[in-house]
Amino acid sequence: MNPLQATVNGCPTDLGEIRAHTNALDWLRDQGLTGCKEGCAEGECGACAILVARPTADGGTQWTSVNACLVPAASLDGQEVVTAEGLGTPDALHPVQEEMAQRGGSQCGYCTPGFVCSMAAEFYRKERCDGAGHPAGGNPAGGHPAVRQNGNHAQGRHTPAERDGRAVTDHEHGPNGFDLHALSGNLCRCTGYRPIRDAAYALGAPAEDDVLAARRDQPAPTPAATRVSRADGEFVRPADLPEALGILADHPDAVLVAGSTDWGVEVNILGRRAPLTLGIDRLEELRTFSVSDDVIELGAALSLSEIETRLAGRVPLLDQLFPQFASRLIRNGATIGGNLGTGSPIGDTPPVLLALEASVVLASSGGEREVPLSDYFTGYRQSVRRPGELVRTIRIPLPLSGVSAFHKIAKRRFDDISSVAVGFAIQVEGGVVTRARIGLGGVAATPVRALATEAALEGRAWTAESVREAATVMRGEGTPMDDHRASSTYRSAMLGTALLKLHAENATPQEVGA
Amino acid sequence: MSALSERPANPVVGETVPHESAALHVTGRALYTDDLVARTRDLLHGYPVQAPHAHARVTRLDTAPALAVPGVVRVLTAEDVPGVNDAGIKHDEPLFPSEVMYFGHAVCWVLGETLEAARLGALAVEVDYEPLPSVVTVREAIEAGSFQGAQPTMERGDVEAGLARAEHVFSGEFEFAGQEHFYLETHASIAQVDENGQVFVQSSTQHPTETQDIVAHVLGLHAHEVTVQCLRMGGGFGGKEMQPHGYAAVAALGATLTGRPVRVRLNRTQDITMTGKRHGFHATWRVGFDAEGRLQALDATLTSDGGWSLDLSEPVLARALCHIDNAYWIPDVRVNGRISKTNKTSQTAFRGFGGPQGMLVLEDILGRCAPLLGIDPADLRRRNFYTEGQATPYGQPVRHPDRAVAAWDQVVQTGDVDSRRREIAAFNAAHQHTKRALAITPVKFGISFNLTAFNQAGALVHVYKDGSVLINHGGTEMGQGLHTKMLQVAATTLGVPLHFVRLAPTRTDKVPNTSATAASSGADLNGGAVKNACEQIRERLAQVAGGRLGVPPADVRFEGGRVRGLAHDTDEIRWADLVTQAYFQRVQLWAAGFYRTEGLHWDSTVFRGEPFKYFAYGVAAAEVEVDGFTGAYRTRRVDIVHDVGDSLSPLVDLGQIEGGFVQGAGWLTLEDLRWDESDRPTRGRLATQAASTYKLPSFSEMPEEFNVALLEKAHEEGAVYGSKAVGEPPLMLAFSVREALRQAAAAFGPPGTSVDLASPATPEAVFWAVEQARARAAEHGHVAEGFPGMVPPQPNGDVPRYHPRSERPPAEQHALSAEV
Repeated sequence: MNPLQATVNGCPTDLGEIRAHTNALDWLRDQGLTGCKEGCAEGECGACAILVARPTADGGTQWTSVNACLVPAASLDGQEVVTAEGLGTPDALHPVQEEMAQRGGSQCGYCTPGFVCSMAAEFYRKERCDGAGHPAGGNPAGGHPAVRQNGNHAQGRHTPAERDGRAVTDHEHGPNGFDLHALSGNLCRCTGYRPIRDAAYALGAPAEDDVLAARRDQPAPTPAATRVSRADGEFVRPADLPEALGILADHPDAVLVAGSTDWGVEVNILGRRAPLTLGIDRLEELRTFSVSDDVIELGAALSLSEIETRLAGRVPLLDQLFPQFASRLIRNGATIGGNLGTGSPIGDTPPVLLALEASVVLASSGGEREVPLSDYFTGYRQSVRRPGELVRTIRIPLPLSGVSAFHKIAKRRFDDISSVAVGFAIQVEGGVVTRARIGLGGVAATPVRALATEAALEGRAWTAESVREAATVMRGEGTPMDDHRASSTYRSAMLGTALLKLHAENATPQEVGA
Repeated sequence: MSALSERPANPVVGETVPHESAALHVTGRALYTDDLVARTRDLLHGYPVQAPHAHARVTRLDTAPALAVPGVVRVLTAEDVPGVNDAGIKHDEPLFPSEVMYFGHAVCWVLGETLEAARLGALAVEVDYEPLPSVVTVREAIEAGSFQGAQPTMERGDVEAGLARAEHVFSGEFEFAGQEHFYLETHASIAQVDENGQVFVQSSTQHPTETQDIVAHVLGLHAHEVTVQCLRMGGGFGGKEMQPHGYAAVAALGATLTGRPVRVRLNRTQDITMTGKRHGFHATWRVGFDAEGRLQALDATLTSDGGWSLDLSEPVLARALCHIDNAYWIPDVRVNGRISKTNKTSQTAFRGFGGPQGMLVLEDILGRCAPLLGIDPADLRRRNFYTEGQATPYGQPVRHPDRAVAAWDQVVQTGDVDSRRREIAAFNAAHQHTKRALAITPVKFGISFNLTAFNQAGALVHVYKDGSVLINHGGTEMGQGLHTKMLQVAATTLGVPLHFVRLAPTRTDKVPNTSATAASSGADLNGGAVKNACEQIRERLAQVAGGRLGVPPADVRFEGGRVRGLAHDTDEIRWADLVTQAYFQRVQLWAAGFYRTEGLHWDSTVFRGEPFKYFAYGVAAAEVEVDGFTGAYRTRRVDIVHDVGDSLSPLVDLGQIEGGFVQGAGWLTLEDLRWDESDRPTRGRLATQAASTYKLPSFSEMPEEFNVALLEKAHEEGAVYGSKAVGEPPLMLAFSVREALRQAAAAFGPPGTSVDLASPATPEAVFWAVEQARARAAEHGHVAEGFPGMVPPQPNGDVPRYHPRSERPPAEQHALSAEV
């Protein structure tokens, strides 16, 4: 077997003596690329952000920002990586670096290379550059025009992005189409962010001779089958799904890794050293995407960002979820199958997928079965998924209900973990609730459906009075706990107000088919 | 205009320039201490064994199993310490403790060939503990009488008489949380020993001299045998003023014992569970107002949560007391302070250094009492501003109180405050479930170390034969732009373009006996020293130039790299030519500069004096919107006018103001230190010990509209080139956000509602404030009304005497003896 090799800043680089648990951050730093910083080692601060070349649906390449601390170094085999050092030099700064440096975007400078990489990913995002369509992330909070007149810094000297023919300039989108959510996974303790935002909003389009921009029109590197075997553990990336299922049948305890956003935390923070780690992130069989008249199928190894792009607004409830799900850096790695596979009670997709009445297709070497998500979770981080099984796809039935919302209760609006999460999908016809599906997270050992509340709503008029009664029922759902995120009383109170808030914002809902 | 503050024509100070390392930052080239690992051969990695108890005695420590782990080289324990087993200067911080004082306390350190080997070695060390009773909260400490250090009282006038004559007397209680520094770069040190036994420590430290002192006393060496260098820090915020020393000492001890370079870098979990934080405080208070809402008297007792050792808690408390007045005149004052001893990390310096805590107590009082007085909170605050001729409770005349007024007026005007308040009232009337509010709050912050002795600094400036300039000073760079300002000061004083000057990293063998880069004083002190060194060189060069140009040396002018006589028709000499000429005339082309702040005095025993050179002022207006269903909120707009004197470097100062504001808002609204207060075995454990659970402000907390202006006509006579310190004061502008949240929550109740607001004001806390406003509208939170009210606890006669920062003993060093 050839030595493991990645292309880093354009140079083929042997991965050398990495171990199964070596993360990309540590490996890059060992190569002397110390611009990549460890701030938290759990994907929360973005100081280790790098760019990787990832495939787009149309066969091109997207420069995608990810947290290097969460990525197994072994998974870089055959991949292309760019770090802050590779974007520019002090004598020849990249446009992103130039704006950041000139506008006071760095103070201590420690978070800066990571910001630069996240910003560069958005700089190169084709939809931004083309000034077209759906800005990734959307803007659930609604538009509030607020462009700071910042002294001598020119405003709007670049072509603004447009949505529906109008310039998108709200407090989360720049006049150049820059989506601030691209930086939601990067923390800065010094600047207060304003100069970083101004740097981002001042960016133009990549120059004609920009090598990384040109790279986008070529295919992304194909995933390499990879194996790293050391005394303290093995990392295997199989060539296809049958091989993966075969290995899983022989080693049911293997740790499955797709986006590795959980793997990184367990390895870095909890010191987990699994004997066998199975990388399934690039398996084409797990990266399917289809929409038919009655079902949407989402491959389990699609990242949340990929789903967001490909759905392009088809599922409004998911569109509300995406910008609130962790950060762009995480969504670029984290997969929808992984979020269900870990079975966490505070994952953000389950409440939404429960409300959408999604089901899960589980595959093993023995075949496949489909399980409604409402039957999937069995206990704290437990599910009906058997040893030897993995999640292959998620199915969302169509049509969708007319009123939908995702309420996330957390301390911080960007990139936080829910203390309570609620997914609503409610159909109102002739002023009467004909169908109510409500998924809850954070209020029990598993994500749950609010069945009593659903029953209290269905068949009743969609009025303030009946909603108030149902809200009382909802307040009693689940078994909320006290922890550092929230008190149980607050969690119950939030269950009690969620429906009231939904009704206040949708008192006269659009009735599908009406 | 003083000689210190006067600027020459066309000065480089005052120009808007990027951070001196900006190009290195953005390209990932800037080196931080731990980046040296990849450049250091044969390095060993240190890893701590952290105790899983809040308080326990170590009854057995067996390191043998660790040594059996492949790659483990050595385990460092108390027996290895040749000098003093103490990481601090007060003999209460054993570096290798026999008694565990907080959950996560490191009892020994493992050295390994790799970090993984050291980690596995640490897991293998066997330790037996005998758990002891623990004190975790400040309330528990008050109840148990668990205090440490001295208990000062700041008193002026007759507080009982003041309260008795007041029209309104209120009393209450307030407890608020501390804050984790969360500098993005965790603590890091790399130590090595040269062929002569000289110890060289690279450390991420705000106080290289004290790091040097502690390393020396742990190793039993003299200061001249230890050199500490700080390349730059990835943030400090006070968290690297006292805290780095022990980790540097562990690395240095390892290096001396193994002969190999040793790296000690804390990962985030270790950093957050082992190092000190901003002090949380508890306060009980009585306050009196006259019929017009003018403050008459304040009686308060502040108890800080000091954690397990004294650290900087005494000077932090002193600054809290000295700032409880904020910008307000209070005739009769009695404020007692005490420091609780709890089984937590050793709480320490954090941007503002107690000032924010003291000020928060009074701002909270004003926010809660304004509705009870029936006075708009903004009017109540403005009405109580200091005026010329008044003095602080500790006796310092308040100079330039008009600047607070000017800043206030400018914020009101440029922030459109009056019309926006009308819009907000209309919005609130039209929206049942969403309320907005705008609050405006001032800051007055004293600049200088309370301890007079610390107000000195040194610099070393070299001019090389080719005219290039290299400067070195005692201050450290942590992102605050100190080095940028020092380059500008040097270029201004020497009259050369900025690019003629370079700056070398901070080292204790270049400039000795430095003070911490702290108290916002870095530019004031080091700028004075750099200027002084440059002036010495310039004066010597003026002699040479005078001879060449045929003018008196006093008439020689240096500007833009050219030297000429005062009259414009004289010849010009290029700077580099003059320097070369001076060299051949055997003129000394380098100088050591020194600066000490004049006119300070402070008597800690009676808590009186003039400890501050000047006050920095600022005013902020913040508008928020609160969702009544959840308590979630957004900061819609913030307007700030802040006083930085004549700015040395406007982009740097703007960054300090904005960054300080957002960091302050983080402390007051979002950042949530949750310690396990239960009786479970994890009692005392910090539950929010990661970025995933301890949330810093992110882009979502940035004000949607953020306008910052520097106060004009703000020249400061007493500081270098007329500037003012800027590091800390803006943090307290964030009180405006907290008070706006309180007012928005109150807007869910009837007019005149007073609500209590927990700190941090998380969405949950705001939700409960909203609920309080809705449900208990007729009542007044938890504020009691009437004289004498709830009298704060008073110290008994035998409390320990106060030892402020000015009186702390120097680190223990064995003095050089004349006998050999």
